Amino acid sequence: MSISVLAVDDSRTMRDMLRLALVEAGMDAHLAEDGQDGLEVLDQLKPDAIITDINMPRLDGFGFIDAVRGIDRLRNIPILVLTTESAEELKAKARRAGATGWIVKPFDPEKLVRALRMVTG
Amino acid sequence: MSDPMQEIRASFFIECEELLEALHDGLEAMSDGAADGETINIVFRAVHSIKGGAGAFSLDQLVGFAHKFENALDAVRAGTLSVDDGLVRLFFKCGDILSDLVRASRDDEPLDTAITDPVIAELLEVTGDVGGDEEAAEEVDFAPTALSLDLDDIGGLAGADDAMADLALPDDLPPLDIAGEPDPDEAAEQETTYRIVFSPEPELYAGGNEPLFLFRLLQELGKVESSVEATATLPALDELQPNAALLTWTLTLVTNADVSAVEEVFEFVDGLCGLSIEPLSDDRPEHPGEESGLPAAETTTPIEAATATPSDPLPADPPGTSQPAPAGDAGEETEDPRPAAASGAKPVAKSATVRVDLERIDRLVNLVGELVINQAMLAQSVATAGLPSNSPVSSGLDEFQHLTRNIQESVMMIRAQPVKSLFQRMGRIVREASTATGKDARLVTDGEATEIDKTVIERLSDPLTHMIRNAVDHGLETGEQRVAAGKPERGTVRLSAAHRSGRVVIEVADDGGGINRARVQSIAEEKGLIAPGQSLADQEIDNLLFLPGFSTAAEVSNLSGRGVGMDVVKSSISALGGRISITSTPGRGTCFSISLPLTLAVLDGMVVGVEDETMVVPLNAIAETLTLSETDIRPLGPQTRVVLVRDAFVPLLDLGAELGYRAPRADYVGSIALLISQEDGSRAALVVDQIEDQRQVVIKGLQDSYGHVPGVAAATILGDGQIALILDPADLIANASGKSAPETALQKAG
Repeated sequence: MSISVLAVDDSRTMRDMLRLALVEAGMDAHLAEDGQDGLEVLDQLKPDAIITDINMPRLDGFGFIDAVRGIDRLRNIPILVLTTESAEELKAKARRAGATGWIVKPFDPEKLVRALRMVTG
Repeated sequence: MSDPMQEIRASFFIECEELLEALHDGLEAMSDGAADGETINIVFRAVHSIKGGAGAFSLDQLVGFAHKFENALDAVRAGTLSVDDGLVRLFFKCGDILSDLVRASRDDEPLDTAITDPVIAELLEVTGDVGGDEEAAEEVDFAPTALSLDLDDIGGLAGADDAMADLALPDDLPPLDIAGEPDPDEAAEQETTYRIVFSPEPELYAGGNEPLFLFRLLQELGKVESSVEATATLPALDELQPNAALLTWTLTLVTNADVSAVEEVFEFVDGLCGLSIEPLSDDRPEHPGEESGLPAAETTTPIEAATATPSDPLPADPPGTSQPAPAGDAGEETEDPRPAAASGAKPVAKSATVRVDLERIDRLVNLVGELVINQAMLAQSVATAGLPSNSPVSSGLDEFQHLTRNIQESVMMIRAQPVKSLFQRMGRIVREASTATGKDARLVTDGEATEIDKTVIERLSDPLTHMIRNAVDHGLETGEQRVAAGKPERGTVRLSAAHRSGRVVIEVADDGGGINRARVQSIAEEKGLIAPGQSLADQEIDNLLFLPGFSTAAEVSNLSGRGVGMDVVKSSISALGGRISITSTPGRGTCFSISLPLTLAVLDGMVVGVEDETMVVPLNAIAETLTLSETDIRPLGPQTRVVLVRDAFVPLLDLGAELGYRAPRADYVGSIALLISQEDGSRAALVVDQIEDQRQVVIKGLQDSYGHVPGVAAATILGDGQIALILDPADLIANASGKSAPETALQKAG
């Protein structure tokens, strides 16, 4: 059975690229436009992993991770943060918010898949 | 389908346009004084998203500029840079450059650095960056090539603190690479044995990391053997906390991979665990086969499962995660916790838009046009057959007609676009004109959501650009003059769009000094456009601006003086089936009003007969139809008559005579006339022989074949296959013999 991944990003281009990378890797791609949208998707979905952008309208990546970690059913889902910044501070912040790992944009599809494997086995 | 990356690239540029729009809106809000966090965030996100996408497509120039812009915005966000007028103006300029770069990137044509460099310099000045090397490094940061981890300190990852110290890299260093495929060249090299001591802390589990998965990745690098021991005294099973970190693994890895590849496996857990990776000089594993470090009782805990080599079955969920291994690895007893994935949770991608080639839409538009003609033909046949109107065929035809109209409207809606993008481009024109003339000006827009046919929007860009430039250059006074006149120093150009009785009206208004009519008239006299000393009404003087060869600029400025006059603007608007008019109040400003048809494909028309000809008059030009009575008609000179319509006189125009089909009639009593009403308020009674029908007609352009024919807008095909001309009543009136003189005279008298 294929791994299902929820990708949350407010940029349509980034969502398209994530979907392409995930689908080509044989994964099920689910997409959301921002944290709020992501939470709505998660009402009906328990993916194997979540990839989320940080800078998003309505509910940003930090708030989203925080919310996901606060939901019992979803508490342990691995979450990867997408970031253009390689700044350690940002990673540390993501980690404090409860992210499992991170992917630096622009991402190489292979890297993405490998990062997902690091957190989903 | 074509290359998906190419499609995404195309869609990226569409998204860029939306982001630029959002950016512009945000900057507008900022310039109106809204410097709140969310506004700045919107602007920041727009630039950030452009940068992110651009990086994926190696659009280095775009990435580089967006990055610098983003830095400045980030400084505003962080409160280290305060917003003032100058900064907002700089941001607007950056927005302009950014949109240039987006377009240049789309067309694969690098933008001249002479355009970008001065703005970059300004940006660096406000952010206090010196630029140079750091910037170069930043650009590498976003290049899509795989970058590799290049840490010299191999053995220093002994503890969390050390690890964090190692990772506390400056922002501008390349990001860590997590791909880390072993270099094939190294495969032939000697194998190294690493001893890895790994003791997770509770945070590792809390963040969703799972040692088992890491061990699996390690196994891909080479042969792994592991042993596990309790870090602290293990509690009794019933007291065991799932997220407690009680175990330390010691792994031996025999691999020909680089140490960085080993470190990368632990990238996400670095700092959340005790970790040491040490190469052993001895090739042999230190603890061969040692997997029984725990008492038998504890091997039943899930943790023990994680110590097994990854190819082993997984007895139960590991702690700290509800994620089991993929089904292939899971034992029969493992409950699948992924029902959502299995049931194929409904797709959640929100597709707000679908991209369609314009060609396909145009094909649809053409087909709908044919359908309209076909329906008209069918209606004609039914009428000829003399079927009663309550016959099934007739009522079916009515329904058909209704549906055809609905289809036509829907198709037109596909082609329609809000004028917003067009209006936003004009903001830039005002800024540039403002800089070039030294007049402080701002653009205020209204009705941006008004939709017009895409082609009309595209073809409006040049005329509007010219009018906006004119408004700043000629319309607005200098700052001193404005202050002296008691106006705010900053001039306003107002651009608005609205739907008005089936047409779109676009207005360009300035709050300047109004048209200097005495000067306009004297220039027109000098240029021989009018006879000296001719007495003209205000409106007539204003309309002189549209005459070919007229230019009010005493000295041709570097802005408006591009050899394009208002006459060109007028003909561009006419080519779109539109009309342009001027109203100007001295001291208060000038307003140019453009009225355009909603669509270029189909119009509602009144089919009229003149002599043996059938013609179509656009319905929106007709205010009412009249049957002329004797008392209505008044002579005004030998050739001219006027008609009294509700206490106002309007000139009478005999269509048959105007078009040369017949001589003017001696008597118009009993004639049918269409009362034509124009945007500028002028009217005329157009005499026709009979009114045949009112219907939708498909516009077939004549311009390409015949050029501009006075009084004729286009042609159409009627239900019986006959070709009929579609009249342009405004042009007809303007070109009519006797012109608008009587009308003007009457208006003045009235």
